Amino acid sequence: MEDLGSLFHGFAVALTWYNIGMMAVGIILGIIVGVLPGLGGPNGVAILLPLTFTMSPTSAIIMLSCLYWGTLFAGAITSILFNIPGETHSVATTFDGYPLAHQGRAGEALTSAFTGSFIGAFVGVLLITFLAPLVAKFALEFGPPEFFAVYLLTFSSFIGTGKDPFKTIIAMMLGFGLAAIGMDAVSGELRMTFGWSELLRGVAFLIVVIGLFGLGEILVSMEEGLAFEGKSAKINMKVVLQTWKKLPKYWLTLIRSSIIGCWMGITPGGATAASFMGYGVAKRFSKNGDKFGTGELEGVIAPETAAHAAGTAALLPMLALGIPGSATAAVLLGGLMIWGLQPGPLLFVEQKDFVWGLIASMYLSNIAGLIIVLSTVPLFAAILRIPFSIIAPIIIVVCAIGAYTVHSAMLDIWFMVAFGIVGYFLKKLDYPLAPLVLSVVLGRRTETSFRQAMLGSKGALDVFWSNALVGTITTLALIMLFWPVVSFAWSKLGQMRAHAIAAKRA
Amino acid sequence: MMRRMRKLSIRTSLLPMCAAALTCSLIAPAQAAWEPTKAVEVIVPAGAGGASDQMARLIQSIVLKHKLMKQPMIIQIKAGASGAEGAMDVQESKGDAHKILVAFSLIYTLPISTGLPLNWRIMNPLAMIAQDEFLLWNNAGSPYKTAKEFLDAVKAAPAGKFKMGGTGSKREDQLINFALNKVYGANFTYIPYKSGGEAATQLVGNHIDANVNNPSENIAQWRAGQVRALCVFSEQRMAYKTKVTKDQSWADIPTCKESGIDVQYQMLRAFFLPPGTTSDQAAYYVDLLRKVVATPEWKEYTERNALKQTFVTGQDFVKFLEKDDAYHHMLMKEAGFAKSK
Repeated sequence: MEDLGSLFHGFAVALTWYNIGMMAVGIILGIIVGVLPGLGGPNGVAILLPLTFTMSPTSAIIMLSCLYWGTLFAGAITSILFNIPGETHSVATTFDGYPLAHQGRAGEALTSAFTGSFIGAFVGVLLITFLAPLVAKFALEFGPPEFFAVYLLTFSSFIGTGKDPFKTIIAMMLGFGLAAIGMDAVSGELRMTFGWSELLRGVAFLIVVIGLFGLGEILVSMEEGLAFEGKSAKINMKVVLQTWKKLPKYWLTLIRSSIIGCWMGITPGGATAASFMGYGVAKRFSKNGDKFGTGELEGVIAPETAAHAAGTAALLPMLALGIPGSATAAVLLGGLMIWGLQPGPLLFVEQKDFVWGLIASMYLSNIAGLIIVLSTVPLFAAILRIPFSIIAPIIIVVCAIGAYTVHSAMLDIWFMVAFGIVGYFLKKLDYPLAPLVLSVVLGRRTETSFRQAMLGSKGALDVFWSNALVGTITTLALIMLFWPVVSFAWSKLGQMRAHAIAAKRA
Repeated sequence: MMRRMRKLSIRTSLLPMCAAALTCSLIAPAQAAWEPTKAVEVIVPAGAGGASDQMARLIQSIVLKHKLMKQPMIIQIKAGASGAEGAMDVQESKGDAHKILVAFSLIYTLPISTGLPLNWRIMNPLAMIAQDEFLLWNNAGSPYKTAKEFLDAVKAAPAGKFKMGGTGSKREDQLINFALNKVYGANFTYIPYKSGGEAATQLVGNHIDANVNNPSENIAQWRAGQVRALCVFSEQRMAYKTKVTKDQSWADIPTCKESGIDVQYQMLRAFFLPPGTTSDQAAYYVDLLRKVVATPEWKEYTERNALKQTFVTGQDFVKFLEKDDAYHHMLMKEAGFAKSK
């Protein structure tokens, strides 16, 4: 195993005091950047990129990838504590994480989120280590029909989260509408901008989410009398250990989400799609599925594990093919090029030292990251002890800063306020927010890949069954979509058979 | 007829320019020249990690390393609506000399395809620092080994059989595709992708049959033997003679014209200041850019990405822009990409 030798060599390179120091700096900066919504991974990496120009490429990439881990970990913190996802992939974490915090179980939720992330990321790194060349080829199998099939699968695994299917569809269509604002990638023309240049960039997903979730939640809480029942939470390191005791119970969810995540990272459906799919699938197949959304640890673990497995696996296509799986990966890619490294099929051959140094640093920084974030759990959970009347204005200010940083635009803050009000009413009227957010995030990509596929096939729908890969995904998606009908028919069939047997016996 | 306009005859105009510059510097008062007083924002109207972003970040690193500017340089990605967001932002920042736009052909095509009031003529042009080449690529496994063989096959095939992928819609890649279809009777169906990187992997994965990527967008796949470079859409072959793949250098790739396909296209890489900025301010940045392109890092970068080295500023740059604009205008109109009113 020549590669393993290179990996251990990589460990030796990464484990100098200087590099370990860089790791800690990277992770802490990453957490800070990740906690502020809007100032997410890509911005953080971009801001710090110039700092690394004077370092050796190895130290620089170690620091930047630690920053990447830091932001990944930190995304869960605001989702759980304040219902504000810092990153797109932590939206699904709010569904159960925030109710848990409300019940005074923020420590448990944070611990399981971090641990789930760690496991997901670890599986992702293992995958990169052992299957890099094989898996990289798989990404090439994905053309427009395959991408569409994957997005369809994400949507179908998520449909039916609301009680009322019509409300779900209305929320989803609203999301599609919002996603369509801006330039249409296929025709190159502007849609729904009404000649207003501020609308050119479209409505950023984060603005929608900060408004709907963050502000909307605060409005609802205010109405309920400024109460926040997280105060009495036990907050010490014991919580961490107690939570760890519970986690093995969820082994099936962990494995399932890791697989979904790795697969989505490579294909590259991305961490956001992975987290939604991880949540949706866990909800459907878990014994406690119907309790999801009310504060189930499993509902925190499922999306976090999937998101991180995907986030990690997404680095593989970047290194091996030169296509970034996420915006942060894209900025990292730019960094690599400045150091004179050309990501692509030859990177693994020509820059062995660098690649294995990076992979080794991924193992180390993941472990270092877990230790650092776990030790901050009591600190973050303690924030909830602050009275709501003090914390609420702070959250609103943080939301506003976050909304502003996305595009440095004042208008985005007004949008955020508007979405906050919309979020309040949707909640009052019992519309599910998750499908809306999902279609804001994935709507545009879904639409574009569908239309690309249609351009290629001249409008023939059979392109979605044109090979084994896309056929399988599409069929799976359709089964998931009609799962309630399928399972109903299945049980009916079972009953009929039972009747038949009973009839025979009689 | 689809010939690209000839480069301006720079030589003839160089003499009076130098003379003017000399007298200018002699009679200029001894006051301090303009300098940035706060951080300079570099607006990138394209995606993170793309060619414009990489170039901006490289310049940032050169400026930092050689201490060419006292103030820091910040890179801002404003990629919304195919870059219209960034370009409009600079156009609307009247008089703000701490903001510069990394420009490419979007300044010509976007106003035509979208009807946006974007107009490079009201901005303050600094300099063109390079030109990007476009090549015709196919999958290395394809049986068509030369541009002519390939395009003859595409011509003979029914419409929709051969797919060409490219960056975005109604932009440079689709214009080249249109020109190929028109000049040579090729029969490509154009499929727009998000970026050249995506078009590159889609070609390797055989989801499309060709792309017209820049050298930098396909180099990794070319070196790995996954794609084949058929011809370059320029008047002359590229200058770089160092072997990039096992047996080919950029200079070994024939021009499309040599192969009997008379289509030419190159894309400017240039910088603009917002409208209402002064010539002193422009002079500062032109000087800065001149220093940047003289560094070994820049030379290495242009060679690695097979960019055509050039440095055009002042009146020559404006003349170039006018001709280039006219060429794009003509192509866009013929292709029917102009927004219907």
